Amino acid sequence: MDYNFTAEQEMLREAFAQFAKEEIAPFAAKWDEEDHVPMDIVPKLGEMGIMGVFIPEQYGGAGLGHVERCIALEEIARYSAGLAMMVFTHHLGAAAILDYGTEEQKQKWLPGMCDGSCVCGLAVTEPGGGSDVAGIKTEATLDDGVWTINGRKCFITNSHCAGVTVVTCRTGEDEKGRPLMSTIAIEAGTEGFKPGREENKMGLKGSYTGELIMDQVKVPEENTVGAAGKGMPITMKELGEVGRASMAAIELGILRACLEDAVKFAKERILYGKPISKLQAIQFQIAEIRCDYEAARLMLYNAASMKDAGKVGAEFSMAKYFTSEAAVRSAKRLMELMGGYGFVNEYPAGRYLRDAIGCIPSCGTSEIQKMIIAGETLKKF
Amino acid sequence: MNILTLLKPVPNPEHENEIQIDVSSGRVIREGIPQVIDAESRNALEAALQLRDKSGQGLVAVLAMAPESASDKLTEALAMGADEAYLLSDKAFGGADTYATSRTLAAAVRKIEDVKAAPFDLILAGTSSSDGGTSHVPVQTAEWLGRTHISNVCSIEAADGVVRAVKRSEEVMLTFEGEEPAVIAVTRDINKPRFVTAMGIIKARKKPLTLWSAEDLRIDPQHIGLEGSPTKPGRLLAFEQNRAGEELGLTAEEAAEKILQIVRKAGV
Repeated sequence: MDYNFTAEQEMLREAFAQFAKEEIAPFAAKWDEEDHVPMDIVPKLGEMGIMGVFIPEQYGGAGLGHVERCIALEEIARYSAGLAMMVFTHHLGAAAILDYGTEEQKQKWLPGMCDGSCVCGLAVTEPGGGSDVAGIKTEATLDDGVWTINGRKCFITNSHCAGVTVVTCRTGEDEKGRPLMSTIAIEAGTEGFKPGREENKMGLKGSYTGELIMDQVKVPEENTVGAAGKGMPITMKELGEVGRASMAAIELGILRACLEDAVKFAKERILYGKPISKLQAIQFQIAEIRCDYEAARLMLYNAASMKDAGKVGAEFSMAKYFTSEAAVRSAKRLMELMGGYGFVNEYPAGRYLRDAIGCIPSCGTSEIQKMIIAGETLKKF
Repeated sequence: MNILTLLKPVPNPEHENEIQIDVSSGRVIREGIPQVIDAESRNALEAALQLRDKSGQGLVAVLAMAPESASDKLTEALAMGADEAYLLSDKAFGGADTYATSRTLAAAVRKIEDVKAAPFDLILAGTSSSDGGTSHVPVQTAEWLGRTHISNVCSIEAADGVVRAVKRSEEVMLTFEGEEPAVIAVTRDINKPRFVTAMGIIKARKKPLTLWSAEDLRIDPQHIGLEGSPTKPGRLLAFEQNRAGEELGLTAEEAAEKILQIVRKAGV
C-alpha cells in the first residue's frame, strides 16, 4: 500500500500551502492575540475551493475526496488551528446536508457553502453534555408541517457566523421509550434563533465558539435533514467520520508546525559556540516529534483514503486519539526545546500547546475514542 | 488575443542548500531537487491570463523545455488558467545553453503557429530565471523569430495590434510601443500571480498537454543540446574556507587591543 499523495493531490497541497503561507501565516499570531475571527478570509477560502472541496461540482464544489479535505485542513492548521476549526465545522454541517439532505436543500444551500458566502454549522452539544448525544434536551415538535424548536446548545463552533446550522433535536420517543432525534437546518435570522454567549477560550482562537439559543423557533418541515427520527445515526456518522478526520487533520497541522519550528530553532540557536541541533538531547526531542508527525500522518491519510473508498471503521478514532495526544506532547517538547523562548508569546510554541489541548474534547475526548477503538477491536479480533 | 508564455521549471529556491554543480561539466545537478515554476515565469503567465481575460477572447498557451518529470509544472500552469501546454522533452535537448535553448523554443513556436495557421499576438516570458539568470532566452527567442522584443517590463497593455510596455530603469520609467507579434519579458513587480485553486486543478484534467521530442520539431541535431551550445563553462574552483583559531588567554580589554592589532596587521 502506498500512502504517498498522487501528483494531483501533491499539486493541491502545494497550492493550499502557498495560500496558507501568504494569507494566513502573517496574521495567525494577531488573530490569536486579539481573539479575532477573520471572516474576510472566508470568500478567499471559497475561491480556493477549500470551503466546498469535497462537495460535487454540480453544487459548486471541487468534487474531491476526504483525503483532499484533510490536506486543506492540515495546511490551514499549520499556521492557524483556530481558523481550521471554522472550516472543519463548516464541512461537518455541509456533509450532513450533502449526505442526507434533499435535492432541494442541496441546491438551496450548498452553492453558497462552496463559494464562502454561507458558513455552515452543526450543533449537537448542550450544557448537559457533549458526547452523550442521547441526553439532548433541545426539543422540536411538528405541527401542520412546521417544526417548533426550543432549547439551548453550547460550545458550538461557528455559533456567531453560520448562515445555516444543522441542529440535533429531540423529536419523540420510540416504542421502548428511547429518545428519537432529528437533524433540522435553521437559517440565521430565523425569529427566535440567536447566538448566546461567545466563549472566551484558552486556544483555537480565530473561530467562534458559543451558545445557540432557540426560543419558539419555527422552521418548515422541509428543513429536516434526513428522515425525521433518524438524527442520531446521522449525527454520529458525521461526527465520527467527517468530524474526527477533521480534528486529526487539524492536530496534524499543529504537529507539523511543532516539527518545522523545532528544526528551525535548533539550527539557528547557538549555545556553547554551535547550533543546539548538534546536541544529542535536542536531537532526541526532534526525533520524537518527527516520529509522532509521521505516524499521525499515516494514520490520518490511511483513514481518509478508506473513507473515500467507503469502508472506514474505527480508523478515524485511532487517528484522532493518537494525533490529539501526539500534538500535545510535541507542543510541550517544542516549548522545552526552546527554553525561555518557548514560554514567551513572541514565539508560537505556547499557542500550539493551547490549540492542541483545545482539540482534545472536540468530536470526542481521548477516552471516548479509546472506547470506540476497543469496541471495534473486541468484535474484530 | 492569443498569447504564448515561455515557462521555465527551476530547482525550488527553498532547497538551494541541496543544489550542487557538477565540477567537471559545470552543469547544475537537478536530479532529486523539487522543481517549481520560476517566479518570473509565473508573473508572465499571470500577465498573459489577465490580457486574455481583458480582451475577452483568445487563448493562453504555455511552452517549456524540460525533462518529462516537469510535466506537472505545465499541469500547474493549466490549473492556473492556461488553455493548452507544450513540453519539449528529449535527452538530445540536455546541456543546452541559452543559444540552443532559444533556438529550440523558436522552432517549437513556429510549429505551434503552423498548426494554428496564425502567429501568437504576444509571447511573454520572465526576464531572468532564478537558476541561470542570464536574461538571454526571451531576447534570443525573439531574434530567432524576427520579432520585436522588450525586457524588464513591469506593465503591459495591448490592443488593436499594438503593445505598450513600461520598463523600469534605475532613474525613470520608459514606455515602449511596438507592433504585434512581439516578445515581452516581465519582472516580478508586474503583478501578483493568482493562486492555483482546487477547481483549477480539476479543470486542468481536461486541458491538452502536448509532449514533443527533438524529432517532432524536425530540428537539426547539431543546433540543440550540448552540441548546439557555443557556451563552454570555465573551470570551477571550490574555495576552502578554513579558519585558524588562536587562543589569546587575555582579559577582555587586553583581548580587544590584541584583536585590533591583528586586524590592522592583516590590512583589513
